[in-house]
Amino acid sequence: MIRNLVNIVMSGVFHAAILFLVAAGLQVVFGVQKIFNLACGSFYALGAYVGVSAVTAFTAAGGPPWLFIAPLAAAGLAVGLVGVVVERGLLRFVYDRDETFQLLLTFALVLMMEDLIRMTWGTAPRSTAGLYLVYGQARLLDATVPVYNLIVIAASLAIAAGIGWLLTRTAFGRIIRASADNREMAEALGVDMGRVYARVFTLGTALGTLGGALVIPATAAMSEMGIELIVEAFAVVVIGGLGSMRGAFVGALVVGVLRAFAIALYPELEMLLIYLIVIAVLLLRPRGLFGSAAA
Amino acid sequence: MTGRVILALVTLAVLVLPLVAPAYYVLLMLPFMAYAVVLLGLNLLFGYAGLVSFGHALFIGIGAYTGAVLTTHTSVRSLEVILLAAAGLGAAAAMLVGALCVRYVKIYFGMLTLAFGMVFYTFLLKFYHWTGGDEGMRVLRPRLLGFALDAMPKVEYLAGPYYYYSLGVLAVATVVMWRIVHSPFGLCLRTVRDNPAKAEALGLGVTRYRWHAFVISGVYAAVGGALLGPPTGNVDPTLAYWTQSGNIVFMTLLGGFASFFGPVLGAFAFIFLQDTVMSVVPYWRLIFGAILAFIVIVAPGGLMGLFARGRPREVAAR
Repeated sequence: MIRNLVNIVMSGVFHAAILFLVAAGLQVVFGVQKIFNLACGSFYALGAYVGVSAVTAFTAAGGPPWLFIAPLAAAGLAVGLVGVVVERGLLRFVYDRDETFQLLLTFALVLMMEDLIRMTWGTAPRSTAGLYLVYGQARLLDATVPVYNLIVIAASLAIAAGIGWLLTRTAFGRIIRASADNREMAEALGVDMGRVYARVFTLGTALGTLGGALVIPATAAMSEMGIELIVEAFAVVVIGGLGSMRGAFVGALVVGVLRAFAIALYPELEMLLIYLIVIAVLLLRPRGLFGSAAA
Repeated sequence: MTGRVILALVTLAVLVLPLVAPAYYVLLMLPFMAYAVVLLGLNLLFGYAGLVSFGHALFIGIGAYTGAVLTTHTSVRSLEVILLAAAGLGAAAAMLVGALCVRYVKIYFGMLTLAFGMVFYTFLLKFYHWTGGDEGMRVLRPRLLGFALDAMPKVEYLAGPYYYYSLGVLAVATVVMWRIVHSPFGLCLRTVRDNPAKAEALGLGVTRYRWHAFVISGVYAAVGGALLGPPTGNVDPTLAYWTQSGNIVFMTLLGGFASFFGPVLGAFAFIFLQDTVMSVVPYWRLIFGAILAFIVIVAPGGLMGLFARGRPREVAAR
């Protein structure tokens, strides 16, 4: 009984750790640029595929299996640099447009990236076979949990703390928060908005690609994984509140753990339950649990 | 005047098409006509009420599955009954969903409609006892105006009677929508879009108008969805997935949401361009994504905007 419970909660928290990264990317971009980035799921998929390739290359070159997490995370972070290309190449042309057009531009990115991934890696699922349990399993209250899951959860917590530090304790964070609150005023005070947007979008992208890379040992990369995850990340940010980092954290926990329970107890309910909660939140408290009035 | 000439020529062309064109292209017209009905409704919401729904695949799904359930589980075969049932169910669902969604605008409206669409999609996917799960359901060949045409070869049935039937539905849908848009209701709807505060001050119930537009667009999407089933003989949950909702918004934008016939042109361009691209490379999404990005950045008026001689309307600017 306890064992099942621990298993369910731990798999839920692992999923929540990944969801948080992607949702945090969505939030930071929405908070500053007021763009709901549908493509954050595609960045997640891209990170996953690049992660698989990096790890495969690493082991083929004779790298020790226990070190695979290093090239995985490095590749996940590095590919986040496509954010610069996307922001400078596409998004910057639509900042003064209606948000519908911004949303549709990110939808265009979803379409393009799905095919770019298919062209590059093919349609068959790709995985890093056998590396998932390289760190062994930990016993936790009678249940066994892969140590890799614990590492990812810890990493996600560290990143959450890091983002919190970045936003509240650094000069860049102050600029980000000022730009989110009042773009014109920040600009008038001498903030180079193009630069801030490029950095913020790259940060958001890197969070998504890192999430994709980290999830890979536990599952397989598939070309549809992006469009499936975006609707989950969407649920997370709506429940937590658009634009709020704390919201992304709590929302990810809610969605991750509830989904794990639904899958274990009544699989038909899986995402249905989540979307019903999303609707309830939107109707009763459209700002979400932690959203600010400005969002 | 030129508008009427073009309309007459187009009407003539679609009437004689099955007689002169290869069956392949006639069959491609079927999804086009179904989507054209969907988009006429969607654009009442998008172009005329200024609300962008990211969940209209919900109503396409309702219409398509209505046809599937009626033909496989009951003895109903009549397409008229199917379309009426789809319209009725679409209206009922749209009344409920719309009543909750139209309280919001912009991004919140889009998110709420997306969430409702995903609820229905997950229902279709997970409750396979009723819906067949990801394999979907079969749609048996419906009777048209009481004629059972089961003996006809499939292509002949689709390229002949079914083609003209769809065309008839599209024609009726177009005329009705034209009347709606050019009625006082349509005028009020545009007022509500352009200046909700002023509309409210003038005594127009803003949310009421939006709700009415939502219900009408839901009915259109359900009827169009019901037309989508018979040509393939099969419906599946992807019809109700969020990317489908995105695609129909894309079609509307491609044709031009600021014009009455823009969305119809958009559906036509989308279906035939997709077919052309896919006959060369399987990666239609890459090319279509690039097209969408181009439209959003450079030509927000869509194809109609490019053709129009006058200045493009400035609806795209905030």
